[in-house]
Amino acid sequence: MSTTSDRPARAGAPFSLRLPYWMLTVALIAALVVVWDLYVRLFEVSPLILPPPAEVGAALIDLLGEQKTYMHIATTLIETLVGFAIAVVVGVGLGVLLGKLPWLDAMLNPLIVGLQVMPKIALVPLFIVWFGFGISSKIVMAAVLSFFPIMTNTILGIKSIERGHRDVMLSLNASRGATFRDLDLPSALPFILTGMEVGIVLAIIGAIVGEYLGGSEGLGYMAVAALNAFDVRSMFAVILLLTVLGFALYFAVALLRRRLTPWHGSAARGDTP
Amino acid sequence: MAAASLSAPADASDRPEIVLRGIEQRYRTQSGEVQALTGVDLTIARREFLVLLGPSGCGKTTLLRILAGLLRPTEGEVIVADQALWLGDRRNDSALRELGVVFQDANLFPWMTIEDNIALPLKLRGQGKAARRARAAELCALVGIAGFEKRWPRELSGGMRQRAAIARALSCDPQILLMDEPFGALDAMTRDQMNIELQRIWMTSGCTVVLVTHSISEAVFLADRILLLSPRPGRMDTLIDVGIERPRDLYVQNSPGFQDHVQRLRRRLDSFT
Repeated sequence: MSTTSDRPARAGAPFSLRLPYWMLTVALIAALVVVWDLYVRLFEVSPLILPPPAEVGAALIDLLGEQKTYMHIATTLIETLVGFAIAVVVGVGLGVLLGKLPWLDAMLNPLIVGLQVMPKIALVPLFIVWFGFGISSKIVMAAVLSFFPIMTNTILGIKSIERGHRDVMLSLNASRGATFRDLDLPSALPFILTGMEVGIVLAIIGAIVGEYLGGSEGLGYMAVAALNAFDVRSMFAVILLLTVLGFALYFAVALLRRRLTPWHGSAARGDTP
Repeated sequence: MAAASLSAPADASDRPEIVLRGIEQRYRTQSGEVQALTGVDLTIARREFLVLLGPSGCGKTTLLRILAGLLRPTEGEVIVADQALWLGDRRNDSALRELGVVFQDANLFPWMTIEDNIALPLKLRGQGKAARRARAAELCALVGIAGFEKRWPRELSGGMRQRAAIARALSCDPQILLMDEPFGALDAMTRDQMNIELQRIWMTSGCTVVLVTHSISEAVFLADRILLLSPRPGRMDTLIDVGIERPRDLYVQNSPGFQDHVQRLRRRLDSFT
């Protein structure tokens, strides 16, 4: 069945459950935790392979009681956000330029595709050599990973501007600057924000992979350090923290989309892809 | 049938508003050159309502785009309110300011409220926010959408959107209103109503109107003069003075004078195929 509506189904939900979807989500997560717990108990899985949920929860509480955890969170957050900000500025700027200048797009297209298909994770060791073990190499990694979806969506957005809308600005003899402000940018904005939604997730991944492979700060480093100490429970706790961080950043961008494009269908319906 | 007299029409006043001289339009396509328009010489009087009528592909939209400065004629001259529309390669801004254009689609910007859409031409000419809001309210009242100033375009019906598009075209007080099948996308009942409204708006605003349509009855209902274009290449075929008293109501369509014009145009249009 293909559904076109993303509204919470109050009537006609699966099995005629008259519950909002978020409640079903919570129930599903609870069920998964129960299954996890049962599996570990019934099959006597070693805690070195998969610790039971209660132990992971205890480790998480321990971590949250330590000052250094927050420093690591702050480090990862800064790397992600600075890298993402760079990606937005460069990605939107270059995207507008390539969208507006077809000859430049045609010239650079093979290069862009080539860079896109290149496994950029493989560049991390190189970035560490170039930018050191500090946060710079992680910022670069976050920026490089999140840059492409933002740029390609911006190009698509600029190219998707309706011809009729262009005719309006043309018939009003609008200047280039005014056309950019009143037509190009707002018209491309839903595309740009979609690129940013993809980009923020990639920025976190970039920062964490950078931390995994080198350095002594951030949640990625924490996870690796815990694993090296055979503290699997803490490693799982760190992964939970990372997931929460990713959620928070993703929803911040999704919220931004709803704020900036209230006129757009995707914002009005209140759905998130 | 030769082009009828090009002298001033029944409703003419002091001086010509639009002069077209020796207009030729050719397109280069993959299969060679296409002649879209040839030998168009036309004088339109101030406050006249001229309708361009013709079968699809006769170049009537092309002619309107030439009048709007959206298309530069291959040959010939366009004079609007005593000024050449083209100065070499450049469009003459002071001539363009005398034009308001309404397209087949309303082409409202979805990211602007109705008010901001209507006042867009004023914004581009540097008018302040208060003045723009006042003018938008005035125009909403004129076109019959008062109370919808703060709505998004998607919240309005097709007919109301087209009213807003007319208001936008009128916002800078142009001398000339150019309309390209403005009601083509509307249902028949809304269309009748919009034609009555357009007559009222035209009589109130005192501007010159050039309107493109492929509906014979719409042409006879609205026009002071009808220019029938023959297809491929578009050339001036027949010029008719309608001469039915104003204001016209929908019942005028049953009058013998109205029917005579309709039948004459119908026969001529049929002879093209």
